[in-house]
Amino acid sequence: MRLRKQKEENSNAPLIQLVDIHKIYKMGNEEVRANDGIDLVIDKGEFVAIVGKSGSGKSTIMNIIGALDVPTSGKYILKGKDVSKLRDNELAIIRNKTIGFIFQQYNLLKKSNLLANVELPLLYAGFSRRERKRAAMEALTKVGLEDKWRNFPNQLSGGQQQRGAVARALAGKPSLILADEPTGALDSKLGKELLDFLNELNEEGNTIVLITHDRSVAERAKRVVTIYDGKIVFDGNVDEYRKQVLA
Amino acid sequence: MRIIQAFKLAWQSILGSKMRSFLTMLGMIIGVGSVITLLGLMQGATNYLIDTFSEMGTNTLSVSVTNTDTRNVDVDEMYQLAEDNSKIFEGVTPSVSSKYTVKYESTSLSTSVKGVGEDYLTLNSLTLSSGRFISYADIKNRYNACVIGSYIVQELCGGSVSLGDTIRINGDIYKIVGVQQEQAGSEANSTDDCIYISYSNATRLAGSSDISSYTFITKDPEYVTVAETILDNYLYNVFKNEELYTISTSAELLDTINSITTILSSVLGGIAGISLLVAGVGIMNIMLVSVVERTKEIGIRKALGAKRSDIMWQFVIEAASISMLGGLIGIIIGYVATGSIGNIVGVEAAPTTNSIILAFGVSAAIGIGFGYMPASKASKLNPIDALRNE
Repeated sequence: MRLRKQKEENSNAPLIQLVDIHKIYKMGNEEVRANDGIDLVIDKGEFVAIVGKSGSGKSTIMNIIGALDVPTSGKYILKGKDVSKLRDNELAIIRNKTIGFIFQQYNLLKKSNLLANVELPLLYAGFSRRERKRAAMEALTKVGLEDKWRNFPNQLSGGQQQRGAVARALAGKPSLILADEPTGALDSKLGKELLDFLNELNEEGNTIVLITHDRSVAERAKRVVTIYDGKIVFDGNVDEYRKQVLA
Repeated sequence: MRIIQAFKLAWQSILGSKMRSFLTMLGMIIGVGSVITLLGLMQGATNYLIDTFSEMGTNTLSVSVTNTDTRNVDVDEMYQLAEDNSKIFEGVTPSVSSKYTVKYESTSLSTSVKGVGEDYLTLNSLTLSSGRFISYADIKNRYNACVIGSYIVQELCGGSVSLGDTIRINGDIYKIVGVQQEQAGSEANSTDDCIYISYSNATRLAGSSDISSYTFITKDPEYVTVAETILDNYLYNVFKNEELYTISTSAELLDTINSITTILSSVLGGIAGISLLVAGVGIMNIMLVSVVERTKEIGIRKALGAKRSDIMWQFVIEAASISMLGGLIGIIIGYVATGSIGNIVGVEAAPTTNSIILAFGVSAAIGIGFGYMPASKASKLNPIDALRNE
């Protein structure tokens, strides 16, 4: 009974809840406060851009949101579960089941073909061979690369590789798509196409968090969070962001 | 499932860099090949030694009676004993052996003269090249007949002899009635350096009337211990004192040979085993390099949800696969090498099943053992650092 109640609460809870996140690195004797008290709530279905210059701490907050790292202090609640104190293997499960990553450098495995690359998260999730292939082909179809599944990454253009990486992020039907400078290695035309596609995915109900240093990229999101010196200095919808930039 | 996947990845990785994989395997190939070859050859040599000694009689027991003054057994009793236990014994022959000077025309030399029974030839599976062996009549009538070995023909009679010629043994005239087939290249002190006469004459030559030693032949070398017990019981009943007689077998000699060759096998196997260890270090080295090279790949895998154990399996299985593949090739090479080297040195050698199992097991264990460290290193990589790696 209690368990059911908790579950209901969880489904109403925000997808991401960051409470007073601090991340401190030690560089010799010097302490670097990469995240210095970040509070952020992201609901299901949002499209949020986290924008900041290099060194602002946006990569650190991305690593924490992506369960690649844990904060020095503070709470990170993902889908109602506190993940800020989890161990390596539990973080791996979170990354595998809950988060779909899109990296700047695509990060496809060079020695595997596109299908095997897209299947990779499903493999670690323990899907059967048939299930893997079905889900991977579905994701490839969604990005329009269904006839390229045999190709190796070096036989694909940059745009195709990034779409392949998007397919890999989608394959496991994650709760959150986390894109780290996804347009960084693409020219402006392909970059625009990719952002259009991310918009489409968001329209379909996917929650997307986009990390970028580029304001014009950030403006494609619905909500923008600006990070400066490890702190959130702006958090509002894209219209407010535009005004703030102009001002 | 995870392990099958790990094997697939390992296979991809091995095929992905064939030359490197082969060179990494080479140490294992040489190590396993040499273990199998050395142990196989050693086993072949051991078999050869045992066979040779068997020919010399692993199924014989020598009985000698030390003190014949008070009590004694006579020839007929011994023949009866062998007959009573005919399931065990092939037969028995008295053997009275001594060194005498023999003379033919004007040449003379010293050789061992054996006084034997008429069965001696067949019991010891000897053959004659001409003439006949000592007969029952010779023994009964104390006829001075002798059968000479090929060494005696060469050295004493100048290479050829005709039946009916006479030689002098310790001064007595003996007629040559047969010549033994050459057995051991007509070497001095070999089985060819010997003269056979009847045991009755031999006891007379020795200056005693009693026969002090007998050779019993068993039907199978395995019966030697049983035969020893039978003889021991019998002789103890007669003499009531176990110091008055001795029974010796060649089983003790065989035991010694076996233990020597076992030690030699262990030493040779150990030396070859060191090369397996070196091969393991080689594999570990390459795997460490491979982990560094594939840092990015590890980062991607971890970011997408690979657990430590997944990465661990991937690298351990890869190291084990390289190692086992090398082991398999090594077994094939060892198999071929054992046979052909055996042919060259004239030993019938084949790899032993044990050495194959041992070599393969060790190669797999080394792959896993030496793959563990690099794999553990890979599994502990931080995904963030690994992803940042170019």
